Order: sequence, then C-alpha cells, then structure tokens
Amino acid sequence: MIEAIDFSLLALTSPGWGGALLAGFLRSVELAAGGYLLGIVIGLLGATAKLYGGRVLRDIAEIYTLLIRAVPELVLMLLFYYVGTDLLNQLMAAFGREGIDIDGLSAGILVIGLVQGGYATEVFRGAIRAVPPGQIEAAQAFGMSPFRVLRRVTLPAMAPHALPGMANLWMIATKDTALLAVIGFSELTLVTKQAAAATREYFLFFFAAGLLYLALTLISNLGLRWLERRARRGLPAAA
Amino acid sequence: MNDATPAVEIRDLHKRFGHLEVLKGISLTARPGDVVAVIGGSGSGKSTMLRCINMLETPSAGDIAIHGETYAMRPTRDGGLEPADRRQLQRIRAQLGMVFQNFNLWPHRTVLGNVIEVPVQVLGISRDEAVARARQVLDRVGLAEKEDAYPAHMSGGQQQRCAIARVLAVEPLAMLFDEPTSALDPELVGEVLNVIRDLAAEKRTMILVTHEMSFARDVASHVVYLKDGRIEEQGPPEQIFGDPRSPHLQQFIRSIA
Repeated sequence: MIEAIDFSLLALTSPGWGGALLAGFLRSVELAAGGYLLGIVIGLLGATAKLYGGRVLRDIAEIYTLLIRAVPELVLMLLFYYVGTDLLNQLMAAFGREGIDIDGLSAGILVIGLVQGGYATEVFRGAIRAVPPGQIEAAQAFGMSPFRVLRRVTLPAMAPHALPGMANLWMIATKDTALLAVIGFSELTLVTKQAAAATREYFLFFFAAGLLYLALTLISNLGLRWLERRARRGLPAAA
Repeated sequence: MNDATPAVEIRDLHKRFGHLEVLKGISLTARPGDVVAVIGGSGSGKSTMLRCINMLETPSAGDIAIHGETYAMRPTRDGGLEPADRRQLQRIRAQLGMVFQNFNLWPHRTVLGNVIEVPVQVLGISRDEAVARARQVLDRVGLAEKEDAYPAHMSGGQQQRCAIARVLAVEPLAMLFDEPTSALDPELVGEVLNVIRDLAAEKRTMILVTHEMSFARDVASHVVYLKDGRIEEQGPPEQIFGDPRSPHLQQFIRSIA
C-alpha cells in the first residue's frame, strides 16, 4: 500500500500541496505563539488579581477561570469568535463607528489567548503560592514597592514552579489551533483536510500533518528544557 | 536631627492576633550606636515586636518612630492599624535592614546579586557603584570569594553572612536581627556571631532578638527582657545577667545557663 502513495503530492509547488501545508503550519505556529503570549499576560493578571486583588477583582478572575475551565474549548472558540465579533461590531455601531473587520489571525489569537489565560491563571497562582513568603517579606522589609517586589522577586522566584505547567499549556496551545479549523482558519489541519479531499490521499496528508505537529513539539521541548534550566539556576538539583 | 534623636523609638506598642494580645504596651528607645538585645522565652513577643519596627507586622496600637519620623497609621475596619502612607513606609523601610532567622535570600540571584539588589532597585545607586560597595561588604563578612555562588550552594553560616552583607550594603540607620543564629547548625553559629560582634564594636545601631545569652551579654549596651508581651526588666547587661531583680528573669537566666 505504501508503494501506491505518490509522494510528489508533497512537493512545495503546484500541483504538490507541500507549500500550502507549510503555510498552514506557519499559520498554526503564529496562532499558537500569539495565543500563548496573550494567555501568559492574562494569566499573570488573573493570578495577581486572585492573590492580591480586592473583592471585585478576585470575583471577576474567579468567574473567568470557572467559565473557561468548565466549557469545552471548541464551544468557547465558537462562542468567542461568532458572538465576540458580533458584540464588538454592535458596540462599535452603538458609538456610531463603522463595524470593523477583525482579521483572522487576531481573532484566532484572541480566542486561543482567552482560553489559555484561564488555565495560565491557575498555573501562576499555584506557582506564586509556592514561593516561600520569607523571600517576599525580605523584599518588602527593604522598602521595595509592591510592583517591584512582584517583578524582581515574586515572578522570578515562581518561574521554576510555573514552567512545567506552562510547558503543558504550550503543547495544548499548538494543538488547540487545530480546533480553529472549524471556524475556517487556514491553519494546518484545515489545509490538510482540503489537500486530502482534493487528492483522495487522506493517509499521506494527515500523516504529514502529524509529523509537522510532532516536529513542533520536539523543537519546543528543546526550548522548554533550556528555559527550565535557566529558571532553576541557583536551585538545588533535585526538588 | 541631631545625635540625640533616637534611631528607633517605640511608644506603647500593642499587638493583637484575634483575641490573643501578644504585645501589651511596649516602649523602647534605641539611640544611635546602641546595641539593644531583646531576650525572653518563646511566645514572649520579642520577634513580633521586632517585626513591628519595619511594619512586617502592623501594630494594633502605639507609635513607632525611626530617626524621629513616626509611621503614619490609619485605623482598619477590624480595630487595628495599617500604614497610611505607602511612600513613607517604603522610605522608612529602606533605612532599616533586617536579618532573618531563615536568611530569606533571593535564591534566583547570586551572592553579589542579592547584595546589590536593594541599592540598585530601591536606593537608585548605579550598578557599578553598588557592585564596588557590595564587594567591600562581602569582604567584611568573609564572602569575597563567593560573589558568584547561589545561596542554595552555600552553608547556612555563609548564607546568613550574605544576608548581613545585604543589610550592610544599604547602610541602614538601624539593623534588626531576628534570631539570626537559631536556624544554624551549632558549629556555624560562631562565624555569624563574630560578624555581628564586629559590627557592634563599630557602634552600629542594632536591635537584636537572640537566644545566645553569653553573646547578648558581650555585645549589648542594653538588654531588654520580655515576658508575656511586656518589658519585665531592662538595663545594662551586667545588671540583667549579674543582678536580675524579677523572679521570672532570675528563673529564665537559670534555665538557660
């Protein structure tokens, strides 16, 4: 059966689909990276709101993480994408502005970022709580402002605790991009499906796509391992 | 401000944790150059009192002034007090240095990184100047060779000496020591006490909560005995250790001798 596969279909130029597949792959990486970064920002805000915020901020963060983690990601994505853009346009209309057309990439990053942020909030919250309070107390005792304590002591000290969880979230982010195929993003999974359908070579194209996802994971692992080594500098080897 | 201005002045300090009153009205003055040793059994409130001086614990009532500047406080809903002026709080704190029982070094920074952190980040001193000064104080505490080491790779005695260097680098008005040798293995206590002894000999202002009685007797200019949240007796070390008046203090000194 393997002999029957026509590998020339993977050529980078037409009639091969290799170029389209790579473009979809790059789009997937863009979506994952953008969404992940947004998720980190939301997660840091959410964790600090939960740990140090007043009652209102705490409640907002609590409701946010509850909803994000309770509802299936696919449903969330459909909801954010269709309802979100709709709401935004109505809002713009209410202010007498033209409806704006959110480009696909930004919308996709927003959708993934909002989902990632819910989980990142919990990862960071746990990691910050794992920092021995004495280290934070020492910084306060020397007259550091709360923001500086966070930036110079709490965040770097919690990084080694957050990294395993955040590495997980990156893996999830790369794979969550595939869900965006449902909304019609030309990311790797959708492009693969189109290529497979056009050529009737399902095995070839989905196998190739699987290899691309695997390659991304393996490369990511190298980066994450380096990051973890860096974040754990100065810590005892086993912990 | 002249030399007669107390470095630390505590007036009628009370501290409650819920219904438990830990400090029941403490007044204490440390003039520049004083080395005040605070002794007492566990639960006598000595650490709590020390931590009120830099507002790591907020008093329930009473005033604290550092070099003549009284902390601005406002009442909280649960009947206590809290600092009312964050800028003032940070400014006063930056003039105090605390050495903790558990060192509380920042583990993600090297020895040098720990020592220059406050001068650079809080006092706004240039990095080059801070490094030069840090090398001087590290030399003083005998850690000149260790500036690139991380805290976790050093002995407890070395870590505590690094913590003392971190305090020296901010040239504080007063140094606060919270049982600085209690977490150390017995054979490492001496090296830390020697550093503190040298600093005391330089007439640096210190308030020292300690269980090391012979050390307190040696270095203190003034000894305060705390019992159940009150100062039961205070005076020069010869009097406190040689001729204690209160039966509690007599018993306390016997029990640790």
